[in-house]
Parts: sequence; structure tokens; C-alpha cells
Amino acid sequence: MRALAIWLAALVPAAVLADPPLIHSERSLYRQVFVYGDYSTRCLCFTRECKIGRQSCIDLQQPNRLMFEYTQMMLGSLLLDPDPRSILIIGLGGGTLPRTLGKLLPDADIDVVEIDPAVVSVAAQYFNYQPGAHQHVYEEDGRAYVRRLLRTDKRYQLIMLDAYDNQYIPEHLLTQEFLTQVRSLLAPNGIVAANTFSSSRLYQNESVTYRAVFGVFYNLKSANRVILASNAPLPSLAQATRNAEHFDAAFTALGFKPMSILSLFSTAVDWDPKARVLTDQYSPANLLNSRD
Amino acid sequence: MYRASLYLIAGWSGFFVMGIELLGGRLLAPYFGSSIYVWGAIITVFMLALSLGYLAGGRASLAAPSLRRLALILLTAAAATVPVLLFGDTLLEWLSARTPDPRFGSLLAAALLFLLPTGVSGMVSPYAVRLLVADRASAGHHAGKLYFVSTFGSAAGTLATSFYLVLYLEVNQILLLMLAVSVAVAVAAWLIPSVPES
Repeated sequence: MRALAIWLAALVPAAVLADPPLIHSERSLYRQVFVYGDYSTRCLCFTRECKIGRQSCIDLQQPNRLMFEYTQMMLGSLLLDPDPRSILIIGLGGGTLPRTLGKLLPDADIDVVEIDPAVVSVAAQYFNYQPGAHQHVYEEDGRAYVRRLLRTDKRYQLIMLDAYDNQYIPEHLLTQEFLTQVRSLLAPNGIVAANTFSSSRLYQNESVTYRAVFGVFYNLKSANRVILASNAPLPSLAQATRNAEHFDAAFTALGFKPMSILSLFSTAVDWDPKARVLTDQYSPANLLNSRD
Repeated sequence: MYRASLYLIAGWSGFFVMGIELLGGRLLAPYFGSSIYVWGAIITVFMLALSLGYLAGGRASLAAPSLRRLALILLTAAAATVPVLLFGDTLLEWLSARTPDPRFGSLLAAALLFLLPTGVSGMVSPYAVRLLVADRASAGHHAGKLYFVSTFGSAAGTLATSFYLVLYLEVNQILLLMLAVSVAVAVAAWLIPSVPES
């Protein structure tokens, strides 16, 4: 059946293949949400024809496979703490991260915060994201959620920040004050994983801001950039290597090798340490991201 | 000079209001987020404040209107912004702990911080119209020009704040800068001799 589909696809003009058909679109409070896809993949986009960037994709033939390198890099956080019992994810997208973490760590409690109700319903309907018994989705602004939770006793062993995209950065989620609050919401020896920006002038400001809050962090760079930081001294690479061996089979089932992620871990300072720290008073992240 | 200063005050007041509105979003975001509710609350408060300000400004223009009094209105609006600088964060912290609902929390916060300065700013336009208009025939013409200057100032304030000022200055520095300009414009207007009305 699959061979037939590939054979049929070969007959279709290339232009049609380049633009997978639109399956669904809905206007939300914040944006237009598009779902594009064909027989093999399905993607969530916030722009027509996915001109700027796909938010999330699944491989319909192998739904467990992680199609984006950045999600693999985010799982690099498990090389620093292989067994987080409580996880907070800010930004749902297609639900890839909570779905994958739910499978890898079936006993972990996972809270997801997503500002856009339309994204929550699209993740459920088109990306098969079903929060299990251990998962909760809160439709709320990430910063308001963190502030609210700080007044309780709840703390997380792993916090993932996945709320930024290339068209629009919620600027109040990229400031020294916010990251300090995130750090305070970590349990002892907690880990933060942030999907951030690899290019543009913002790289400098973002780096010094994380550095100001967390000190030394692991910087994972390829097309994307993921920052892995801790509220305790950073676990060593030797420790991460041991954990990588532990996850070898599990990550291979997701379509990548933990060692390929581990090879990206770097603590080198490759930014301007005198760049201006982003604060609640000074946070032109979108303007900085539009400059080279 | 006299006419020009009326337009200057109206234009600057328009700039000031929109500058504060945009910065208001920044001030509230750390406490209530930047969801559509928060922006909705801010815009509601500003529109409500301006509408009440128009009413009050028109009423105030009935009794012995003068350029100096208009300058005082501008100064009052600037003074009413000072508490935002001094107590803004304390108030927002306190409010957000008690009203976690982003809709009513941000509505209350925006009202407490911005209703007064924006309302007083709203008094400027109708008051200035009264000083400009000499006769009924030209009233619409003058009012039109004044609305143009005031709303053009608002457009300039929105653009300057969101595209440029936030890239170089901190939120409180921008607020201080705008307060300084308000004081300078008010003092300049105060020193201009009033044209005796015919």
C-alpha cells in the first residue's frame, strides 16, 4: 500500500508535492491556525503555505518519529536529568513534546500551558494529542501561570520553554525577571530547556540574559538553538554521556541517536558578553530578532 | 504663536496618550500576561478615560478658558502619570496576587493606573477647540484641524514608541522622557501671551 502511494506520488507534478494541501484552518484569538498535510506528514502552521515556519509536524506513518531536530534537542534535557517526575511545558504546538515525554516517562506529571485555545483543539483533533491521566493543559498566558504557581508549593523538575516562534516572540517570556521566576519554580537540581533563536542580533541579548539568571548553560546549536540550564551546578558531560547510553534504545525509536544530540552540547561563550540583558523594562526582542 | 501652541499641545497630548497606552501593555504583561484580554482591558480603559475626558474638557471650557489653563491641564495629566512610575509595580504585584483572573485583574489594574492621566489628557482637545474657534462658521474647520493634529500625534506616538523608543530606552525612561516633554510644552505655552478674545 505504501509502495503504491509512493508510486502514485511520483506521477504527481512536483509543484503539488511542494505544497501539501490545506486540511484545516481556523481563526483564533491570536492568529490563523493552518493544518497542512498529505498521506505522509501533517504540519501545524501559523502562516499560509507555511511560508515562514512550521510549528509542528508529525509523520503519519511513524507517529513516534520526531521530525524536527529542535524537539530532539529539547529531549537533551533528559541527558541532564533522566527521570524528572514533574514537568512544565510552556507552549503546546502540535503536542509533540508532551506526547513524547508521556511515552518516555509514563509516571511523570506533565503540565502544559498554551495561550491559544485554538491550538489546543487543533492539537487534539489533527495531531492526536490526548492528555493522559498524568497530563493537564492550561489555557493561559505562560507568565501569568508561572506567577500564579509561585504562590503555591508546586515545583517542577523540568521546565520546557517552547513559546517562541520566528514571527512573533512574546517579549515578556524572554526577560531576566521571567527567567528568574522560572528558576524559582524549579525543584532542587531542576532543569530548564528553552527552544530559542540561533541567528539575528537577539542571539547576543538572549545569551547574556540566560547567563545572568542561570550562569553557565549548555548551548545546543544547529539550525535551531536549544539552551539547557539548571538552578544547580550543571551536570557534567560525563554524567550526560552515561544518561545518553540509558536512552539509546528509547531515542532510537524516536528516530535519532542520543549521541548526536550530546555532540552539540557546548559551554563556549560565542556571543558578545557586553550585550544588553533583556528585562521587563527593556525587552525589544522582536525588534532585535528582525536585525542581523 | 498662540494658535501654534494650541496645536502643539493637542498634538503632543495625542502622542503622550498612545505612548502611555503601549507602555501600559508592557507594564501589565509581567503580571497578567499579554493575552488578548490584557490588551482588551487596556484599550477599554483608555477609550473610557478619553470619553470622560472629552466630557470634562468641554465642561471646563465654559468657564474663563485660557491657554494657561490648557497648559495646566497638560501638566496635570503628566503629574497623574507619576504614580505609575512610583507605585506601578507595587500595585500590580498586589493586584495580581488577589485577582488572578487576567480579564478583571488587568481591567482593574489599567483603570487604577491609567484612568486619571488618560482622562485628563482627553480634556485637552475640546478645550483647545474652544480657544481656537472664533465664530460658528469656522468651528468645524478648526475642530477638524485640531482632531487631525491630535490624532496624527497619536499615530506618531504609537509608531515612535513601538518601533524605536523601546529599542533604546527602558520603559520608565520613556515615561520620564514623555513627562519632561509635557512639562516643557506646558511651560512654553504658559509663557506665550494670550491673545485677547474679540
